[in-house]
Amino acid sequence: MKPNHGHMSLYGFNRCTMSLLVCSISLLSGCKPPLPDTVRSGLVYCSEGSPETFNPQLVTSGTTIDAISQQLYDRLLEIDADTGELVPALAKSWQVSADGKTYLFTLRDDVQFHQTEYFSPSRPLQAEDVVFTFNRIMQRNHPFHRQGGGNYPFFQSVDWADLVDSVTADTPHQVRFKLSRPDSSFLSNIATDFAAILSAEYGALLVKSGQLSRMDSHPIGTGPFRFKEYQKDVLIRYYRHRNYWREPAKPEQLVFDIVPNNARRMAKLFTHECDVVAFPRVAELGLISKRPDVDVQESTSMNIGFWAFNTVKPPFDQVKVRQALAHAINRDAILQAVYFGHATAADSVLPPTSWAYNPNLAVQQYDPVKAKALLTEAGYPDGFSMDIWAMPVQRLYNPNALKMAELMQADLAQIGVRASIVSYEWNSFRRKLGSYEHDSVLIGWSADNADPDNFFRPLLSCSAALTGSNRANWCDETFDNLISQALLTADQKQRRSYYMAAQQYLAEQMPLLSIAHSQRFQAISSDIKGVRINPYGGIALANAVKDVK
Amino acid sequence: MILYLLRRMFLLAFVFIALSIFAFSLGYLFPGEPLQNFTGLRHISAEQLPLLQQEYRMEQGYIAQYLAYLGRIFSGNWALSFSSQQPLLQEMQMLMPATLELASYALLISFFIGIPIGIIAAIKPEGTLSKLISAVAVAGYSIPVFWWALLLIMLFSLALGWLPTAGRIGVLYEINHVTGFMLPDILLSGTAHRQEAMLNALRHLLLPTIVLATFPTTVMIRFTRDAMLDVWEQSYIKTARAKGLNRGQVLYRHALRNALLPVIRQIGLQFSTLITLAMITEVIFSWPGIGRWLIDSIYQRNYPAIQAGLLVISTLVITVNMLTEILHTVFNPLARKR
Repeated sequence: MKPNHGHMSLYGFNRCTMSLLVCSISLLSGCKPPLPDTVRSGLVYCSEGSPETFNPQLVTSGTTIDAISQQLYDRLLEIDADTGELVPALAKSWQVSADGKTYLFTLRDDVQFHQTEYFSPSRPLQAEDVVFTFNRIMQRNHPFHRQGGGNYPFFQSVDWADLVDSVTADTPHQVRFKLSRPDSSFLSNIATDFAAILSAEYGALLVKSGQLSRMDSHPIGTGPFRFKEYQKDVLIRYYRHRNYWREPAKPEQLVFDIVPNNARRMAKLFTHECDVVAFPRVAELGLISKRPDVDVQESTSMNIGFWAFNTVKPPFDQVKVRQALAHAINRDAILQAVYFGHATAADSVLPPTSWAYNPNLAVQQYDPVKAKALLTEAGYPDGFSMDIWAMPVQRLYNPNALKMAELMQADLAQIGVRASIVSYEWNSFRRKLGSYEHDSVLIGWSADNADPDNFFRPLLSCSAALTGSNRANWCDETFDNLISQALLTADQKQRRSYYMAAQQYLAEQMPLLSIAHSQRFQAISSDIKGVRINPYGGIALANAVKDVK
Repeated sequence: MILYLLRRMFLLAFVFIALSIFAFSLGYLFPGEPLQNFTGLRHISAEQLPLLQQEYRMEQGYIAQYLAYLGRIFSGNWALSFSSQQPLLQEMQMLMPATLELASYALLISFFIGIPIGIIAAIKPEGTLSKLISAVAVAGYSIPVFWWALLLIMLFSLALGWLPTAGRIGVLYEINHVTGFMLPDILLSGTAHRQEAMLNALRHLLLPTIVLATFPTTVMIRFTRDAMLDVWEQSYIKTARAKGLNRGQVLYRHALRNALLPVIRQIGLQFSTLITLAMITEVIFSWPGIGRWLIDSIYQRNYPAIQAGLLVISTLVITVNMLTEILHTVFNPLARKR
């Protein structure tokens, strides 16, 4: 018999009853070992979808970033969740040259990569790894450049290849970035979830064994958790990284339980099969907050839900048509019925909390008569037929795209526009959007960093139109000039004036109709502490503590 | 008997050929490039194209292509899944045991509960108990499986919090895939906490098994009852009774054995319904089996997976049908003569 048997009550009621149950069933007396650490200190996060890859460089989808970025990887810099300021991470310090074109980062020397069944690192993080990571994005002849399709949507949208001339290792612990022009958003971009640092040593090993694709399916990073297994549409399993350079992660095991169905995710929260639940349905927040065993966390996030028109397809290539459609939509009804009041109406793509927000924009009025008049001017007095693509998953910026589409369908019918609603499974949906098969789409964007540029370039620039992440397929020279000008200047006042003008221009051109900025919610079992919502990106779970009573 | 078996095998082969022709033609009937549907490759590069076209005999006639398809089926060289880009055969081997495990427990329950209750109901057909059983059986037979499942989840998981709502085992238990059947795998796994894992797996198993067993159990009750009543009227029973055998002896030696013959046949007929119900059950309980996978594949427009899934499931249903037919014949000499 174990000496600690007498202290059973220390482990708490649940474990005690559980043990009793097992013991009485197996009729083995007093033999019960304590619950394994992996189960007791394991954390289950119920997510809304499967990740597309395990390399954050290759995606922009929030589902994937939530699942991989903060858990497996670290970045050179990080964004402080409270202040929005840049703080050191893998780079302990950095210097900018006087002309703003050279950045020198000094790396920590105590950062270990993951030790897993498929890779054992022989050395800590070095400048070589940073060079490897960013060259993969920039150099076409890099052995890994073409892996996963050779698309780096975030970096392409910020024009990375054009901006960064070279990344070199000065010493094993110093990395030099040379830019072709000053860019005031460079550091913010380095700190996003997408700029995760990969292992050059692991890369070399994979090149040797000819298994290049494993780089993105069997990840090696420096983050608080290491990869164990992934079953598509079922779960992702991580274990604690024992040699993490910061304080080791609190949970021994972290499982992402993939539950796309909202109701089922809530059910799993109530039965405590999930400790943390992503994106509880806004309609159910009242119900959740009534339960004593579950808490709701809330944070105003940097995001925008919008309705983007495929501006290349007629009739959406006409500004008047786009404006007419915008005027036809009753946004107040949508805010009530879809967001349940947990969102603010959006006048611009930028949320009002951003320093570059333009408060002088004309508010888009719900005015079917004006909409009808605009349509007639554009040459469609009898309206037309169109598709509204509604994304099949619930995201913060749009908790229920199908319902929104239905409301809009009714609004549009009033001005003679016959809308049909289209939806696919999420992966297919994004792929088809990327090849611009849609007429219009209800989707949105969550910011990765606090820089206003993050709302403009990844969403509406010409380079984003080329990579397929510009949902409006909109490439406009005037707009592109404005946002490029804003990047070239470091003076915040001047940058703001460019962004003001850009927002004004967007309001006139209407490539997309901004609908709402929503608050982010997360439902969490009340015995979990140390999890909070990060307004600038993916969720971090390393500090989650399960309070075992 | 051998002739009979040969006849059955011939029929099976014929049905399989018809099924495989159908599955093959889906490659053309589905949207998209037939070559993509057959290979499961999302992107076929210019270098790959001629090689694949040759391997899949795309330049030759349909018959040559079909034969190549058949060859690939038998050599295990199946297409890739569109969504995961993994070989379908491997994927299905991972999922099939989960479905079979669930279905076989449900079938076992339906035997061990359905048959005795059916007999009880037949003993006094006009009694209150018998009428009650019949009423419950009719209710169980007609209840929609998804509604029943949701009711049970609402009661046992959400209201009482006793049972989990989804999956085969708590996600924090890491059980390696050896046989694919959860309970043996837990026993085979080296973890020191097998008992807890086992208990956890059983709690996960309980609701889906009850839901899935409901329909076959009620069918079993009704059939056993009817067959018993039918047999009870036969003259050899009266003879046996007249010879002085007591009720129990007659029931066991003469009535039950004869009554169970049509019940065996019923298993085969119910199997296809069971698989259909298993799909619904799997979707509701997020059971990672072949049914949920097939339904997800339909949502994802995963054509190679739909094609292969249909072939596998229909072949399975037909094979089980055939096996029970043969079993029925083995037990019933009369059927052989027909």
